[in-house]
Amino acid sequence: MKPRHKRIALIGGGLAALGIAAALVLNALNSNIAFFVTPTEIAEGKAPQGKTFRVGGMVKEGSLRRDNLTVHFVITDTAKEVPVAYTGILPDLFMEGKGAVAQGRIGADGVFAASEVLAKHDENYMPPEAQHAVDQAQKTGQTLKQ
Amino acid sequence: MIPELGHFALMLALLVTLVQGVLPLLGAQRNQPQWVALARPATAAAFLLVLFSFLVLTWSFYSNDFSVEYVAQHSNTQLPTLYRISAVWGGHEGSLLLWVLMLTGWAQAVALFSRRLPEAMVARVLGVLGLVTFGLLAFVLLTSSPFERLLPAVEEGRSLNPLLQDPGLVFHPPLLYMGYVGMSVAFAFAIAALLAGQLDAAWARWSRPWTTVAWVFLTLGIALGSWWAYYELGWGGWWFWDPVENASFMPWLVATALIHSLAVTEKRGSFKNWTVLLAIAAFSLSLLGTFLVRSGVLTSVHAFATDPRRGIFILILLAIVVGSSLLLFAARAPKVSLGGRFALLSRETLLLVNNVLLVVACGAVLLGTLYPLLIDALGMGKLSVGPPYFNAVFVPIMLPLLVLVAAGPIARWKHAEIGPILRRLWPAALAAVLAGAGLPLLAGEWHAYVALALALAVWIAAAIVLQTVERFKTGKPTASWWGMQIAHCGLAAFVVGVAMVSTYEEERDVRMSPGETVTVGGHTFKFLGVHDVRGPNYVAARGSFELTKDGKPLRTLYPEKRNYDTSAMPMTEAAIDAGLTRDVYVSLGEPLEGEAWAVRVYFKPFVDWIWGGCLLMSLGGLLAAADRRYRIRVKQSAAATAAAAGATA
Repeated sequence: MKPRHKRIALIGGGLAALGIAAALVLNALNSNIAFFVTPTEIAEGKAPQGKTFRVGGMVKEGSLRRDNLTVHFVITDTAKEVPVAYTGILPDLFMEGKGAVAQGRIGADGVFAASEVLAKHDENYMPPEAQHAVDQAQKTGQTLKQ
Repeated sequence: MIPELGHFALMLALLVTLVQGVLPLLGAQRNQPQWVALARPATAAAFLLVLFSFLVLTWSFYSNDFSVEYVAQHSNTQLPTLYRISAVWGGHEGSLLLWVLMLTGWAQAVALFSRRLPEAMVARVLGVLGLVTFGLLAFVLLTSSPFERLLPAVEEGRSLNPLLQDPGLVFHPPLLYMGYVGMSVAFAFAIAALLAGQLDAAWARWSRPWTTVAWVFLTLGIALGSWWAYYELGWGGWWFWDPVENASFMPWLVATALIHSLAVTEKRGSFKNWTVLLAIAAFSLSLLGTFLVRSGVLTSVHAFATDPRRGIFILILLAIVVGSSLLLFAARAPKVSLGGRFALLSRETLLLVNNVLLVVACGAVLLGTLYPLLIDALGMGKLSVGPPYFNAVFVPIMLPLLVLVAAGPIARWKHAEIGPILRRLWPAALAAVLAGAGLPLLAGEWHAYVALALALAVWIAAAIVLQTVERFKTGKPTASWWGMQIAHCGLAAFVVGVAMVSTYEEERDVRMSPGETVTVGGHTFKFLGVHDVRGPNYVAARGSFELTKDGKPLRTLYPEKRNYDTSAMPMTEAAIDAGLTRDVYVSLGEPLEGEAWAVRVYFKPFVDWIWGGCLLMSLGGLLAAADRRYRIRVKQSAAATAAAAGATA
């Protein structure tokens, strides 16, 4: 085989590999991203229907209720609230009055069915998404007052 | 007074590394032997100063000096001594100091074990390492000094995050950092070779053992982190494709490509430019990893409270490193010779495919990790990329690699033929097909995915057996040959573990009252109840579970839920009965009404093969790095260089 053919074969092989990888990436990315939505946005009807997404904010004080393995609680961004149901064992750092992020879908009854509640490593840590939700709500709250 | 000495030593070290970074490099370029001769003493001085400063911080922890803010935040008098010492790297400031200590330690090791290298080369390598150290020391001193005072001192410290009070933490960060930082040596060798315009086989031979050792540390660090997450966090998973995990995995992928590409550069003189790029990429990804972990820009299950200012500093450092080394590369690369030619089917080509696959896989992981950042920066909303993305992309890219692992070591350099390869490998292929068809039936239900994975693992292992038999006919194999085979064996074991556990694992969250039983994977847990136990600095609710299989009692497991005295944060300690073919795992959730508890039980077939495989890979790497020829041939080549120098003179 001539060197030129060899180079073409190598480059062609490389491009084909990249093409396949790109196709895999785009396809997988499309179906596996979860957007982050604040409780206010859910109240405004901006939540994606029938798709998995994340919601974050503070766990409302006094809202935690256990029913065997199913846990009910309310996530609030201080302006709006969303009820959440989760079945299973919560991470150690899940507490009322602390930040939390849940991933799942919203049901027809308006209850967010969480498939995952995010764990943290550090009791002083606030998930950036939860912080963002609270900041957003407070910002709009202030502009409304003015 | 003592902490100030540590702080002062760091400042001195900053000045010393400036000398180490500037003068030897200039000296090597301008042929100034006095400047070149500064490299080793400056390296030793920087190492000793940073070591001193690290020991001072350790002393502050040991002696409970709560007038140091970092100590007050991460330790207290109740903490057992071992954890008081490991708390030194339990927070941001201390772990960065550890980073720098290791960087100077690697540089010192290069200075010690490079007696046979040309002085100018050593000066350049140490000079580049000096510049990197300077950057990181400036980072420590300007944004995150661990010696800041807290005046007036507090009576009692705040304690170490309970999650980190575990033997896993004592070793996980140091090993991981050794790997991260070790990439800087491969980087320094590459930059030194570019500066000297000497990208040759000798350069590859020098940098190979260093790169391999760094890779071993990285492998062990990642494996230990994965194991720690498995047993300590109570999640029962071994890999979550979390940004922080990806941050350590990306340099690993590129480093794996690098050690293979270095083999080609050493043996055949090819792929030089590519090897240099990989060395730059591996170190840049290590820095990127540090940035991702330390800046807190990504929502991560691993995230700690962080400070964004620090992120920007690392980002600037990263930009300087990547920008300047790529500029240098662009200036020097066109002059580099292409090296040995090779046919379309040859070991070179197979190793090239290995490299392309590993780099593409790394690119896919990088994209998935940074995509949320990118979208957020563009103001298109906040999102997260889930583990299914990574599985869907990563696994198909790795499959061809697993097929080729068996053929690579058999194919000849320069020009290989398909006939002999197939003739030598057909028994392995047969074994693989039989294994794929039969083995999954033994484990339970037959699944195509697990059949494919087991077939590939058997294919790799059988090929290794065939090669070993053949190799012994022609004489005793070298240590590096064994290293390669053992590492590949580790890969096979890893594949078995991943496939088995992801297909056949069983997980159940249940509500249990004393006396009730639950069964997973043929193992029955009987809940006996929970009682309180006092630990050194915590109170634990300890559950007792009687584990039986087919009615035969195996042992009693004691998972705990701990409440530390100094922290509001409860901690789950899982109880695991580990075995060669399966782990069974039980952890306590929350107490429910009465004496009932939420309980999580797992059955994890072959999960320990995952870490066993990583251990084998590391062992292989160590053997390869210890090969005698790195020491002998260096002597020969030094003699050859001397002879050549004599001839020209």
